[in-house]
Amino acid sequence: MLPDKSGYFSEFGGKYVPETLMYALNELDEVYKKIKGSRTFREEFLYYLKQYAGRPTPLYFARELTRKLGGAKIYLKREDLCHTGAHKINNAVGQALLARKLNKKRIIAETGAGQHGVAAATAAALFGMKCAVYMGREDMKRQALNVYRMKLLGAEVIPVESGTRTLKDAINEAIRDWVTNVRTTHYLIGSCVGPHPYPSIVRDFQSVIGEESRKQFLAVQGKLPDYLLACVGGGSNAIGLFHPFYKDKVKFIGVEAAGRGLKTGRHSAPLSKGSVGILHGMRSYLMQDSGGQICETHSVSAGLDYPGVGPEHSYYKKIGRAEYVSATDSQAIDAFRQLCETEGIIPALESAHALAYLKVLAKKTTEKQTVIVCLSGRGDKDLDIVTKKDKY
Amino acid sequence: MNRINRKFNQLKRKRKKALITFITAGDPDLGTTEKLVPEMAQSGADIIELGVPFSDPLADGPTIQESSQRALKSGTSLAKILKTVKRLRKITEVPLVLMTYLNPVHRYGCRKFVDECESAGVDGIIVPDLIAEEAGNLITMSKKSGLSTIFLAAPTSSPGRIRMIASKSTGFLYYVSLTGTTGERKSISKSLIAELKRIRGMVKIPVACGFGISTPEQAGKVSRYADGVIVGSAIVKIIKKYGKTSRTVKEVKKFVSSLKEAI
Repeated sequence: MLPDKSGYFSEFGGKYVPETLMYALNELDEVYKKIKGSRTFREEFLYYLKQYAGRPTPLYFARELTRKLGGAKIYLKREDLCHTGAHKINNAVGQALLARKLNKKRIIAETGAGQHGVAAATAAALFGMKCAVYMGREDMKRQALNVYRMKLLGAEVIPVESGTRTLKDAINEAIRDWVTNVRTTHYLIGSCVGPHPYPSIVRDFQSVIGEESRKQFLAVQGKLPDYLLACVGGGSNAIGLFHPFYKDKVKFIGVEAAGRGLKTGRHSAPLSKGSVGILHGMRSYLMQDSGGQICETHSVSAGLDYPGVGPEHSYYKKIGRAEYVSATDSQAIDAFRQLCETEGIIPALESAHALAYLKVLAKKTTEKQTVIVCLSGRGDKDLDIVTKKDKY
Repeated sequence: MNRINRKFNQLKRKRKKALITFITAGDPDLGTTEKLVPEMAQSGADIIELGVPFSDPLADGPTIQESSQRALKSGTSLAKILKTVKRLRKITEVPLVLMTYLNPVHRYGCRKFVDECESAGVDGIIVPDLIAEEAGNLITMSKKSGLSTIFLAAPTSSPGRIRMIASKSTGFLYYVSLTGTTGERKSISKSLIAELKRIRGMVKIPVACGFGISTPEQAGKVSRYADGVIVGSAIVKIIKKYGKTSRTVKEVKKFVSSLKEAI
């Protein structure tokens, strides 16, 4: 099973970090290996997911949306119904428990849309830890509600002024904090990115999405779905949905943010338009220029506004296990509205990228086929953005 | 023998310590870099590190982050830096080390990078986000080209790791004085001296200490326990202050001389 011992999914992944962090990564690796097989840890984790985070989340047949689009039957994995409003809580609870085992009393996190920041702040409040969240100044503006939520939960939100003032720079600052406070602090990374063992830790904690979906779908349909569909920024909700179906004959589709359009250069789609490079501790697909400088990205959704992607997705792309497509800002906003109107569900703009691709998929499929879409989060946080784009 | 080894041997014979100065190449432009290098060498810099600017320098504090931004704005690239080194080699024999994050090298092509470093006259490379065990290819290629691969060891590195890192390092071992990013600090940590003693007892190659050393007093103190002292952000601050004016070279020279006197 991948990653290998050095943390590689084929050529992707690895540990590209300052030496100072190696002690923490090795410690994390050792402790995680131990608890991964531990039944007590698993039970504790699942206890909090069930009693605190509200799992299992429903697998909902979106009858109206299916009727409207035609094509495959659409099932929504309702991660938006998790406590704090997105799948991010799965990983935050898992890693906070892990931090406890590591005897770390302080956690730091980066956040783009604020969903992971809120989840980390929540887990920190629950387990009595100090929490600092790095967030780009630009993102603090567009996700002001989540900033307030984090503060209510007792976290310190540290504005990031460097670079493009978005998720990428928040990760840089979080890593700098970690290098400084590595002895006392656990870095609670929010996506399946970063140096080994983070991509596999986040994947494992998020795999509850796919494990539940598999069981729920089998119970209703007596077979497996034909397609799995999820948005990909760093890619944690997608890998969480995909991974438990890895060996099955189920097609994986990841949807990146095409921003203003793939041809404009104003997007966040490294798998569609990037090349292999090294950033944030991992070797993976990246948006970079000919000199190896990281490019500015754009997406209407702060959670997808990131120039890299988890190494396991790069691997899935390489071996053809998953197909990666993209949806533009305006396609995502259309899909956002459509789900509100047809199903009475307000999706996060991130998840709306996955929904946007349903239109394309509908043309390729028949009603006999089925697709599970990961509705990774709810859209309350995005109302400001969508209202501003409102033409009516 | 490469210029770095020769330099450490010379200094050892004279019972002196190496002053290693860092500037970001291309800050504020490559013309200034080209002037600063020979002048710093004349003022007492034994080895000079040239930083290759990167958009996301995660081991660096604000001072060097900003200098990278200035360098990128002035159009600095790895290719142009190598050309600058080639020109510098006609006028100075000071050992030159490139400090670069991995991605620009990866994009340039590791093979091409090592070959061009050799032909330009670069003596060593430091890649702060490349740990020794991930560096297999770069080490093999560099060895053939006579390029030193200088790895970093940190206060959090176990004795086992320090030995491993030293075994893969050539030229010198870069000991990071603190847990944190580059940049000035008010004082040297109390444990540093004990750590340096411990490390120098463990490894055979020269040990140079950097991060957070910014005044002649601090440099002098650390130099008693290391084979070399690395000063970066404090010089970069002077460059920021005086920019493209003629004062830059003058002030940097003055500061480098004061460092040299202290160690």
